[in-house]
Amino acid sequence: MSEDCFLLDVRRMLCPLPVIRTQDRIKELVPGSLLKVTCSDPGALIDIPSWCRIHGHEVISTDTIDQEITIQILVK
Amino acid sequence: MGQQQRKAVALISGGLDSMLAARVIKDQGIHVEGLNFFTGFCVEGHTHAIRRTGKKKPKRNNSLWVAEQLGIKLHIIDVIEEYKDIVLNPTHGYGQHLNPCLDCKIFMVNKAKDWSEENKFDFIFTGEVVGQRPKSQRRETLPIIARESGADDRLLRPLCAKNLPATLPEREGWVDRQALFDFHGRNRKPQIALAEKLGFSEYAQPAGGCCFLTDKTYAGKLADLWRSRGERNYELDDVMLLKVGRHLRPKPHYKLIVSREEGENRYLSGYRNEFISLESKSCNGPLALLDGEPSDDDIKQAASIVARYGQGRNAEEVLVEVRMKNGDLQELRVRPLAADDVPSSWHV
Repeated sequence: MSEDCFLLDVRRMLCPLPVIRTQDRIKELVPGSLLKVTCSDPGALIDIPSWCRIHGHEVISTDTIDQEITIQILVK
Repeated sequence: MGQQQRKAVALISGGLDSMLAARVIKDQGIHVEGLNFFTGFCVEGHTHAIRRTGKKKPKRNNSLWVAEQLGIKLHIIDVIEEYKDIVLNPTHGYGQHLNPCLDCKIFMVNKAKDWSEENKFDFIFTGEVVGQRPKSQRRETLPIIARESGADDRLLRPLCAKNLPATLPEREGWVDRQALFDFHGRNRKPQIALAEKLGFSEYAQPAGGCCFLTDKTYAGKLADLWRSRGERNYELDDVMLLKVGRHLRPKPHYKLIVSREEGENRYLSGYRNEFISLESKSCNGPLALLDGEPSDDDIKQAASIVARYGQGRNAEEVLVEVRMKNGDLQELRVRPLAADDVPSSWHV
């Protein structure tokens, strides 16, 4: 894992809170940083990538294991 | 040197009106960004996330979807804590239920005004239509929102601007007033026609509110929560739990929240360290949380109620596991309550 990979745990939060927390965390990061968001609300799989597209950040990967979702974002 | 591009911030609810207003202003060459406020009472998102019903529909946040359709940035702002004062002490009172619609709109426009100043935007606009809502969108209340929010004439309502005095963006020529609209009243046909003209074939259904506080059943549950606690206050978890499950209050000092399906079961299970929880073990049944300070007899009564909502409702006896907040477990064998034994007065 890159040393610039930051972690954000928003499990048990329901949308739009995972989006809000992702948005607020990304504001603090510099371009090129990686943010790995862990969530449990399946709605986040649609809403976080949507927020990223709107703001020009890139979703590198999404992964779902046992109802736990991981979204990796490259901050632009 | 070309004219400076003006910047406007839109209140985006995810519904049709704010979507149209944003498109109209964007089409005038204005740089538009959207704000959406999360109060904790938003219908958007949560209930869809909790319940499994309707899972064929994509679970999406409509304000984000609208922003994507429009090609604008959307900033979602958590106002849960600040919003409490609006819910608990609305200067302009409540609407039909516990909805402080006028105070809410003043609050949101004020937040948008602060945001626009911090980010050097020129004006604010909303999808409000004069006469459309009985509490906040009346001819008398629209000026109150502009004045008390502090936005004054930097607040534009593109869909009904021609029914209102010209605002700063119109007077300064930042927007063309002639290209704005004169919609009024509750008739949705002009909005639907405009949506068609602008090529929007999909949008959130216009009917219905975006806030749980306008819902009679939800407002009743919130009032019950305040009554039972002896104070008008709440935390986010309180207002979230009011959206989930059946709420039954068999006695003034305790309430049961009984899940109705698998998604709610999973959601409620996340609260098992904060509440006593009950679950049928001898057959399939719901998970229930017990809110209050019950006696042993109360817990036994609660177990009979939980058994009544499981597959063992017609059995002679059901085994119910009771989990205390500290994780201690006990098993109770109870006779499920018959439907007639659950008076309607228990349902909150």
